[in-house]
Amino acid sequence: MKRLVGCIVYALVVVTILLAAHRLRAEPGTPAPEQKQQTPQNTQQVPKTASEQADAEHHATIPKYFTTRPPFSEGIFPCTTCHAGLKPDKTRRELYFHTEISLKHAAKQRWCLDCHDSENRDRLRLANGDHVTFEESYMLCGQCHGNVFREWKKGIHGKRTGLWNSDKPGDKVYLLCVNCHNPHSPQFKPIKPLPLPVRPNEITNIKGTSTVEIEGHKLYIPVYGK
Amino acid sequence: MEGIYMKRRDFLKTASVAVALGLEGIALPDRDAGASIWETFFQKHFREMTQAEKEEVVKKLETDYKKRFGKDIKVKANGPLPNVLYGYGLDLTRCVGCRRCVYACVTENNLSRNPQIQYISVLRFKSGEKWVDDLEDADKYYNPDVVPEPGHFYMPVQCQQCEKPACTKVCPTQATWKEPDGIVVVDYNWCIGCRYCMAACPYGARKFNWAQPTIPVEQINPQTHYLGNRFKHRGCVEKCTFCIQRVRENPGRYPACVEICPVGARKFGNLLDEKSEIRLLIETKRVFRLKEHLNTNPKFYYFFSL
Ligand code: SF4
Ligand code: SF4
Repeated sequence: MKRLVGCIVYALVVVTILLAAHRLRAEPGTPAPEQKQQTPQNTQQVPKTASEQADAEHHATIPKYFTTRPPFSEGIFPCTTCHAGLKPDKTRRELYFHTEISLKHAAKQRWCLDCHDSENRDRLRLANGDHVTFEESYMLCGQCHGNVFREWKKGIHGKRTGLWNSDKPGDKVYLLCVNCHNPHSPQFKPIKPLPLPVRPNEITNIKGTSTVEIEGHKLYIPVYGK
Repeated sequence: MEGIYMKRRDFLKTASVAVALGLEGIALPDRDAGASIWETFFQKHFREMTQAEKEEVVKKLETDYKKRFGKDIKVKANGPLPNVLYGYGLDLTRCVGCRRCVYACVTENNLSRNPQIQYISVLRFKSGEKWVDDLEDADKYYNPDVVPEPGHFYMPVQCQQCEKPACTKVCPTQATWKEPDGIVVVDYNWCIGCRYCMAACPYGARKFNWAQPTIPVEQINPQTHYLGNRFKHRGCVEKCTFCIQRVRENPGRYPACVEICPVGARKFGNLLDEKSEIRLLIETKRVFRLKEHLNTNPKFYYFFSL
């Protein structure tokens, strides 16, 4: 009896080993997942130069969720309204106009015309000399902040609002870098926090509610007595 | 499954014995309560209702609310979307502790203003302080002029929508359970207010209505769900549902807390969709889940983006 059981166990072990070996051998042979054909998004316009081609390919990786515009100060755009008649001056100096801008963004390494195109102020300039519009300013930011750019495209960095399970343009709102970060001084400014929760020994001290409006959302917050 | 459901009547029998033995806390309708209140009291468990029964209950609620608030309030009772398991991400590097999420949630979910109910607690820690396991030492009553404060970081905590929830196991009336889309819900009508789930939840995510919840009529969000932000009553437990009334639609809106966060610290998506932002962040970031050793298996991932 004992021998019989021994035999069966032995046979099972052999079969298992053989099967495992077979699997191992079979695995590398499985066909690789089909490589998706990269189709350029811009079909209506055939890019001419190699760098334009590269740009177009890059643009194809940008999610098409945008419905936001760059947050221009009122009445500032198009820049050429004033700048068309002005001679570009690349020297670092104190400005007489745009005095509200205080450059706190690697200021030692750059000045206005490193990012703003000197020939046409309505567009931006990349380090390689290419031009992008203000709507595509992420291309400019992405030059230095490559990993943030990559994460922003995946939705890990930045904020998505609207409809969570729809990718139709307009359904999901996706902010530009400059909607949250002032490009001239990108660090977040401290903000006032909303009221603390009521402490257990003060639960009779809730006097009512008041309304705050934040980015178009009405929020109701508590009002506490003295 | 059938066998584990207790008939409410049977439960009440046991309960009345318990009352006789001197255990308090089961709120029966008043002696002079109308027929409709008794009807509500003996309402079937949500999971045992047919579609028609659900519709009837929803209609009754809408009429009741109309009478009570003089306002049209929509109550939905729609089921989960197919192939969806909700997951949430929170970037601890970004959160500045502004509490906007807290009040976006209060506003969206019709939470009681007085007494105060809030689903989200934003905890403040000193940099370098022992944390994660020791939430007791955290400060949720911080109140500076501006945030973030130097030398501190913030961690908002809300229901972690556990895959193995501790809260649902202990409920004597099965009034709380995990839906197929992963959201842990409460049938407020079946909640008897024993607060066992609050004791069981390791995250302090469940809130109890010690008194009749109140909310100014003009502040009511009229888009509600039976298992979500409809009105609660004194003596029932409630909790975050990832804004079930918003997210359980195709297409559906992001939860209110995701939408309001000024720094984009909050991420939301379908864990079964490998291209969703939540999946990409779990795969590429250093994520952790709160009190992982308790094996509650939360679907709420904290992460660091820097
Ligand atoms: S966090 Fe608490 S309330 Fe939420 S599912 Fe887990 S145990 Fe339940
Ligand atoms: S709204 Fe965002 S930044 Fe503010 S406390 Fe909530 S998670 Fe943190």
